[in-house]
Amino acid sequence: MEALIQVLNGVQLGLLMFLLAAGLTLTFGIMDLVNLAHGSLYMMGAYIAWTFITWTDSFVLGALLALPATFIVGVVVEVVIARRLYARDHLDQVLATFGLILFFNDLVRAIWGPAGKSIAVPPFLNHTIEILPGALYPAYRLAIIVVGTVVALLLAWLVARTRLGMLIRAGASNRRMIAALGVNIELLFSLVFGLGAVFAGLAGLMAAPISSVKIGMGDDILILAFVIIVTGGIGSIKGAFVAAMGVGQLDIIGRVYLSDWLKAVMDPAAASAAAPAISQVLIYIVMAAVLVWRPTGLFGQRQ
Amino acid sequence: MTEQRLMGRLFTPRALITALLLVLLAALPLIAQAMGDRYILSVGTRIVIWAIAAVSLNMILGYGGLVSFGHAAFIGIGGYAVGILSANEISSGWIQWPVALFAATLWAALVAALSLRTRGVYFIMITLAFAQLVYYLGSGLEAYGGDDGLNISRSRFAGLIDLRDKAAFHWLCFALLCATLWFCGRFAHSPFGHVLRGAKSNESRMAALGFPVFRYRLVACLIAGAFGGLSGILLANEGAYISPAMMSWVKSGDLIVMVVLGGIGVRFGPLYGALAFFVLEESLKPGLDLLHKGWGEYWQLVFGPLLVIIALYAKGGIAALLGFRHE
Repeated sequence: MEALIQVLNGVQLGLLMFLLAAGLTLTFGIMDLVNLAHGSLYMMGAYIAWTFITWTDSFVLGALLALPATFIVGVVVEVVIARRLYARDHLDQVLATFGLILFFNDLVRAIWGPAGKSIAVPPFLNHTIEILPGALYPAYRLAIIVVGTVVALLLAWLVARTRLGMLIRAGASNRRMIAALGVNIELLFSLVFGLGAVFAGLAGLMAAPISSVKIGMGDDILILAFVIIVTGGIGSIKGAFVAAMGVGQLDIIGRVYLSDWLKAVMDPAAASAAAPAISQVLIYIVMAAVLVWRPTGLFGQRQ
Repeated sequence: MTEQRLMGRLFTPRALITALLLVLLAALPLIAQAMGDRYILSVGTRIVIWAIAAVSLNMILGYGGLVSFGHAAFIGIGGYAVGILSANEISSGWIQWPVALFAATLWAALVAALSLRTRGVYFIMITLAFAQLVYYLGSGLEAYGGDDGLNISRSRFAGLIDLRDKAAFHWLCFALLCATLWFCGRFAHSPFGHVLRGAKSNESRMAALGFPVFRYRLVACLIAGAFGGLSGILLANEGAYISPAMMSWVKSGDLIVMVVLGGIGVRFGPLYGALAFFVLEESLKPGLDLLHKGWGEYWQLVFGPLLVIIALYAKGGIAALLGFRHE
């Protein structure tokens, strides 16, 4: 039973990571943009949600208001800055979006103050559900899994079955060609960027009740998201999904089981201190191994 | 070269500015003493140390076109090697420094051998991932302070130099910066450097000419890693303190900012960049506070957009402004 619960925790983390990575891999695949500031949108989503939730006194209502707001933030970033970076080399993109991270971190500090915020688990989800006889699981985490799965399916449907998705796929394989065919790619790019922001914001606000809302919350998780899209193959939604799920499970294995295994060979205090670090290291080692084996990731296009 | 042409080269505005800058950095301990301001000296020493790191990044980023987003790892490894040895009662710099340099170079060999197989964004991300790996290892070293870091005693060079003497330490760092800059100049104009730069502009052509591009890049990474390790050694000795923060990915980003801000692929570029970076940081805070009390805390609201503007509009950085050409 314990194992099942840990697997579910891994799935839940993987889905959150997928939401973050999906936007990142789309912006990279279609606009050829390395967007380090994607984690800032994750943070903005959480802070905006905090404001709306405090204002409306309802988690769902606040979240529903926060999503369009994050979309607007994303589109503004795209129109004002990101758009000018598409044709630049990766170094310029890294520099500019690194600047954006610094900007957003201090912007949040100026607006919401240096102290972190917390979003409470909504009351109607603040209980546990017996998923199998004898296995209790928090309803809120289960809700994350449900919402994450629905959004992932929605995205898969959007990309594979709709006209917008067709344009997105066409843009990912040859954006100059679809511009030449008369598609308004500026609008398409803004939409994709905004969509990525919404996914990031959704991940941020859903993660908020189980972690906390704080400055720089998007920075470390962004690196993990990059690991995911690079391992999965940049531009590939499927790759992002597979890699995100893998990272979710690896993280749980590292965090839960590694300390037990380590305790067998070293003293318990040192083992529980070293385990989280080693579990992080494990993720990077897997990524390095994948890239050595396939330099463009699991599902990336061969160069 | 005729005497006139030599004089012409020596007395251009940019040569004068560079010379002035170096003289200023060299004289900083005396200036600080005259002003009775020890803070200036500590900022100056940090500028010199970060400039060494930035110059070493420029060797691969500027001349090799390899966008490494994990350069802070070398600083961390250099620093931690000194710190760990020092915590284990091995305080002689004659042992600490070579071990630290060797460790940084070894790490560079490992990272380069694996990541040079990838290109473009994959290279950026894999170097970042390797640096994160070192970062998490460092923060997991509970015996050496974990996340909080560790106070260490400075390296000892008995009878030769006392690193606790701020002025002497500054001069040592300055001398090492000059040596690094000198080496970088030799490096860039050597046949080796020409192959590296050739591979930056057209990799397949260099390969077709029969140069083993991979091996050239690997060696360049080893050299850059060693100099990165050197700056880490100095940084650990500057504050007598090591912590994972010295190798966080933000530091790798800062180093890229310094190189691009100063002028990529120009020998003195990273020095200007490091100087501008710290001067901006140190002057934006009080400057904004002067404008309105309390604004100084939010200096990155100005600094962030400034980076965006530099990335968008300032091709070639400060060096281009001073009239340096791409070497």
